[in-house]
Amino acid sequence: MSTVTHDHPHDLSHDQDHDHHDHKPTGIMRWVGSTNHKDIGTMYLWFSFTMFLVGGAMAMVIRAELFQPGLQIVTPEFFNSMTTYHGLIMVFGAIMPAFVGFANWLIPMQVGAPDMAFPRMNNLSFWLLPPAAFLLIAAQFAPGGGAGVGWTMYAPLTTQAGPAMDLTIFAVHILGISSIMGSINIITTILNMRAPGMDLMKMPLFCWTWLITAYLLVASMPVLAGAVTMTLTDRHFGTNFFNAAGGGDPVLYQHVFWFFGHPEVYIIAIPAFGVISQVIPAFSRKPLFGYASMVYATASIAILSFLVWGHHMYTAGMPVETQLYFMYATTLIAIPTGVKVFNWVATMWQGSLTFETPMLFSLGFLFLFSLGGFTGLVLSVVPVDVQLQDTYYVVAHFHYVMVAGALFSAFAGIYFWLPKWTGKMYDETLGKWHFWLSLIFFNITFFVQHFLGLAGMPRRIPDYALQFAEFNKISSLGAFGFGLSQLLFLYVVVKCIRSGEKALDRQWDGADSLEWTHLPSPAPYHSFTTPPKL
Amino acid sequence: MTTKQNTDNYYVPGLSHWPITASLAIGLLGFGASLTVNHMTGGNILLLCGFLVLFFMFAGWFSAVAHESESGSYNAQVDKSFRWGMSWFIFSEVMFFGAFFGALGYIRLYSIPDLGSLEHQALMWPGFKAGWPSAGPHFSTSGFSPMEAWGVPAINTGLLLSSGVTLTIAHWGLLKKNRTQLIWGLAATIALGMTFLVFQALEYSTAYSEMNLKLTSGAYGATFFMLTGFHGFHVTVGTIMLWVILFRSVAGHFTPEHHFGFEGVAWYWHFVDVVWVLLFVLVYIL
Repeated sequence: MSTVTHDHPHDLSHDQDHDHHDHKPTGIMRWVGSTNHKDIGTMYLWFSFTMFLVGGAMAMVIRAELFQPGLQIVTPEFFNSMTTYHGLIMVFGAIMPAFVGFANWLIPMQVGAPDMAFPRMNNLSFWLLPPAAFLLIAAQFAPGGGAGVGWTMYAPLTTQAGPAMDLTIFAVHILGISSIMGSINIITTILNMRAPGMDLMKMPLFCWTWLITAYLLVASMPVLAGAVTMTLTDRHFGTNFFNAAGGGDPVLYQHVFWFFGHPEVYIIAIPAFGVISQVIPAFSRKPLFGYASMVYATASIAILSFLVWGHHMYTAGMPVETQLYFMYATTLIAIPTGVKVFNWVATMWQGSLTFETPMLFSLGFLFLFSLGGFTGLVLSVVPVDVQLQDTYYVVAHFHYVMVAGALFSAFAGIYFWLPKWTGKMYDETLGKWHFWLSLIFFNITFFVQHFLGLAGMPRRIPDYALQFAEFNKISSLGAFGFGLSQLLFLYVVVKCIRSGEKALDRQWDGADSLEWTHLPSPAPYHSFTTPPKL
Repeated sequence: MTTKQNTDNYYVPGLSHWPITASLAIGLLGFGASLTVNHMTGGNILLLCGFLVLFFMFAGWFSAVAHESESGSYNAQVDKSFRWGMSWFIFSEVMFFGAFFGALGYIRLYSIPDLGSLEHQALMWPGFKAGWPSAGPHFSTSGFSPMEAWGVPAINTGLLLSSGVTLTIAHWGLLKKNRTQLIWGLAATIALGMTFLVFQALEYSTAYSEMNLKLTSGAYGATFFMLTGFHGFHVTVGTIMLWVILFRSVAGHFTPEHHFGFEGVAWYWHFVDVVWVLLFVLVYIL
């Protein structure tokens, strides 16, 4: 689907004249003061993985406590704090920065630009993450412990929580600033930095998905900032936004939060779609089926995502007409999502498929994300949701979307582009082990949670009735296995960087975007300082 | 990497310590504010340090950018990037105000009428009458006067709308290479903006001292002060930006072809104007 599908059989490194003076800055300033999209992308990815381990450790605490009924290991307050910060850290610290890392590494190379549009602001977007992470960690040590309010930070619980809440609020503000600046950078890079001939509809789909995601971020992040600002002033400055006695309403918080929160789901999912749309065609050795319809479907999902927030609050008190509207609008999203799944399957149809690790993770994504989408459809139905609201069914649903969806896609992307980034190949056998272990343990962890939810087990509670014991034990064992499997991933990546075999310039013969066709592996420190000829 | 007067290559700046300085400032502000709102020791010091580093960073980073601009580092493509960047930044600001306008609408259309419904009257707050302005059932007895639209706020509307005109006159001066018109247009805009701020300060002080209208005055007080307060903060930032543009104009910066710095500030100022018109209608008149 791109104009650059023709082969460049000769040595690519001679196409670029800068390999002679491809000098990198040295010392700590290379990273702290960086204006290089590749270095900043690398920092994003390592930061994200670190946060993934921190949030993962919190998940292990949750599953350890739930291994048996009764209170075993931690206090209920600490348990609530773990569920809260596990959610916040995984969403804002692990998954979102991982895809921003991909965006930084890939978008300039895929559109033929020398760097991001605003290289210094790009570095600031990254360097705002450590202070935000510091505040979230510091919240654990605040008087009264971490805020056990849930990642959604609903009022009136948050207007009454301890000092940890303020650290969390300011962390969210800082993360929001970082996301908005990162998004403005990405939009500008895509709209203004494309090489001549790289029309919008010829861009790799990954760039399209990030253009749309960045729009979602710029539109929704300020609304979250508004929501937590109102929480802050209600807490300390005597406003009454969420206090019925003063004429406000706690449900107002839910409306404002979910006006951000539902687009946020797609902020996480849409870049994952982009990665999958690069990987599947490469391993099917066919162009992506229905490129234009993929673009339109992604844009439709983005627009619809602003119109369906009420489906998170069916039980908060809502007129039946409003419930009906939100139900129909939500089920509508199944149409563009169906278009995407159809196109991915149709891309594989009659392709010459091979199943290297990136493709395996993409297929895992395809099956399990679709399953998560179906349970989402189930939850969109009001009478069903009234039963399932705040049960483990919801937990199972969004972990299928977030873990088997977004995280698997991130793994697919990392295995796919590691050869381009490092110039070295990862260990295929170990990569496949990582995939199969992740796939199996993921399903052991989360599939049984559907049953727990249907049987009525509520979420965010450290204790449960005896009849849930068996499934919880299975789920916890799966979670421990899943957590350990991710250490294997770290080993595979480190092994690749230190002692991987040399990768080819075009490691995957079906990959046709500019970073594969026009640049050597590893990609030079400065690429496309003059626009490539397309 | 720093290329000057280069029309082919996109300007990619070299290593810069400004981003990490900004990160330090924002980190100090976030941590300091968390401590301060909880009356913990050290919060004020951290906040103060945060603000000092922040102002140092703004001054340094923006002078670096102005210097790069004047030395011809930015070609037409970079200029276009700035335009896209500023447009999307203003869009994000629109969404931020949208959250508070949304809260105002929700409170007026749903929260207050619900609280005045028979169910709530019977169970919790007998005798509470829905209506607007309202401070809600618990505070309504304390009594306050709502802010009248056709006094100082109407004058302020006039001031801000005229400031949009004077700014455009300044822009015309810049385009015609009429330096005097540019500088006096900007000076008039700043004067109008600062008068607006003085009037708003007077309005706030009257509200607190004579009308018993406070941030704590229930839903009306919260939406009134948060909406007009965030707007006033944006006017303050806009006025500082106008001062910078004025100094740069006096120093001979900007040409009719190359003056994104001026236009960016102008866009921001017009955005602040538009928000005020919405505020005047939705907060003061209706």
